[in-house]
Amino acid sequence: MSEPDVPLLVAEGMTKYYGRQLGCRDVSFSLYQGEVLAVVGESGSGKTTLLQLLSTQLVPSAGRVRYRLRDGVTRDLADLSEAERRFLFRTDWGYVHQDAALGLRMNVSAGANVGERLMAVGWRHYGRIRGSAVQWLDRVEIDTDRIDDPPLTYSGGMRQRLQIARNLVTQPRLVFMDEPTGGLDVSVQARLLDLLRGLVTELGLAAVIVTHDLAVARLLSHRIMVMKGGEVIEAGLTDQVLDDPREPYTQLLVSSILPA
Amino acid sequence: MSAMEPLLQLTGVAKSFTMHLQGGIRLPVVAGVEFAVGAGECVALAGPSGAGKSSVLKMIFGNYRCEAGQIFVRHEDERIDVARADPRAILKLRRTTIGYVSQFLRAVPRVAAIDVVAEPLLASGVPRESARARAGKLLARLNVPERLWGLPPATFSGGEQQRVNIARGFLPALPILLLDEPTASLDAANRAIVMDLITEKKECGTAIASIVHDDDVRTRAADRVIDITRFAATGAK
Repeated sequence: MSEPDVPLLVAEGMTKYYGRQLGCRDVSFSLYQGEVLAVVGESGSGKTTLLQLLSTQLVPSAGRVRYRLRDGVTRDLADLSEAERRFLFRTDWGYVHQDAALGLRMNVSAGANVGERLMAVGWRHYGRIRGSAVQWLDRVEIDTDRIDDPPLTYSGGMRQRLQIARNLVTQPRLVFMDEPTGGLDVSVQARLLDLLRGLVTELGLAAVIVTHDLAVARLLSHRIMVMKGGEVIEAGLTDQVLDDPREPYTQLLVSSILPA
Repeated sequence: MSAMEPLLQLTGVAKSFTMHLQGGIRLPVVAGVEFAVGAGECVALAGPSGAGKSSVLKMIFGNYRCEAGQIFVRHEDERIDVARADPRAILKLRRTTIGYVSQFLRAVPRVAAIDVVAEPLLASGVPRESARARAGKLLARLNVPERLWGLPPATFSGGEQQRVNIARGFLPALPILLLDEPTASLDAANRAIVMDLITEKKECGTAIASIVHDDDVRTRAADRVIDITRFAATGAK
């Protein structure tokens, strides 16, 4: 596996104030190809703000994000034109929302949901688009007989898997995920996690996963950042932080997990 | 770099836990841990429960933080201090240099036993089919019945889970192997197989640090015994 020593994404001093209210402060890290970073913390800790800053959906009050584009050139995301940023979003990035309805078009067919991303990057051949959609539905374990049904008719778990297929069909290198298993039944969660784990490894994806669920972080991520009150209070190798937590708040989080 | 240089060397290693939820009490575990393991050598860490044996192995694997001292491992042509290595370097060491058989298998839901075993090989770039074939061979040798290979190990018996765990740890050919009670819940026949596996690893030049309570296994497998109570941190009960 190629493992370039240049990071894919570098965040430096990312800070966001909503008026006088702190969203997050001074968050810095590097993310490499194939690396999965989990951002954990409770509601209001600033983790979703951070995800939106990284993916340029929010403008930071301070700090910057640099990203290595497919041509190998690292650019400050704030310097990209709107068109370049949109292109990045459609091709090289994925964004998986907790609520699949935000990431899907609920009234058009599953096949079109997946195919739309391909058309956005210039695919025109109907047969090939459909073929690729069939492949991806199969890969995320959706019965391909359901390809013409809109996600409105799907269960929560199926919608989430469809959203993942829609994101991955353009072979992005980086995927942002906001509570990807939130709101799903435990058995559905396990299936989704297993699927994500396999896909991330096979495709060598880099990912930033925001979750309040430490089990999700343990299963999916290599590294972890624990956030509290808008700041990163502890970061490191995932199993090290979870098995040997140093900060009082991290110890509280870890000790609050009920044994299965 | 000399060929005689140890593959694993600990100097002045210390560990304590600070329990913030219990009023910040500090539990010293070990201090001043010194030992080295050379190629083809197996050392056994000895001492009663709670002496810190598992903590030492976990620090070597990077699973626990090392509070003081150095943990040098020879990685390709470099000497890397695990105590100071960043997460990426530790992950790389785990793929290329340090194997670990933990006391209990941490099963992942829905992943079949054979894939649990094959995973470290896949991670180091071995194609899926050959990784699975090698995983199957080792599972068979450890008497894990073939009908179980396609099932997730969460429902297996303790002994079966442990053999899956052993297969996972022994399959990749890594220069350093850490064993935490590999034979604890095995019957005599399977214990003998694990002994053979350890001997084969030593013959291949693997440096092994182990924890084994079974006296017979320890006497036969270990070249040296390191009494961890020598490194008891002051203040420990």
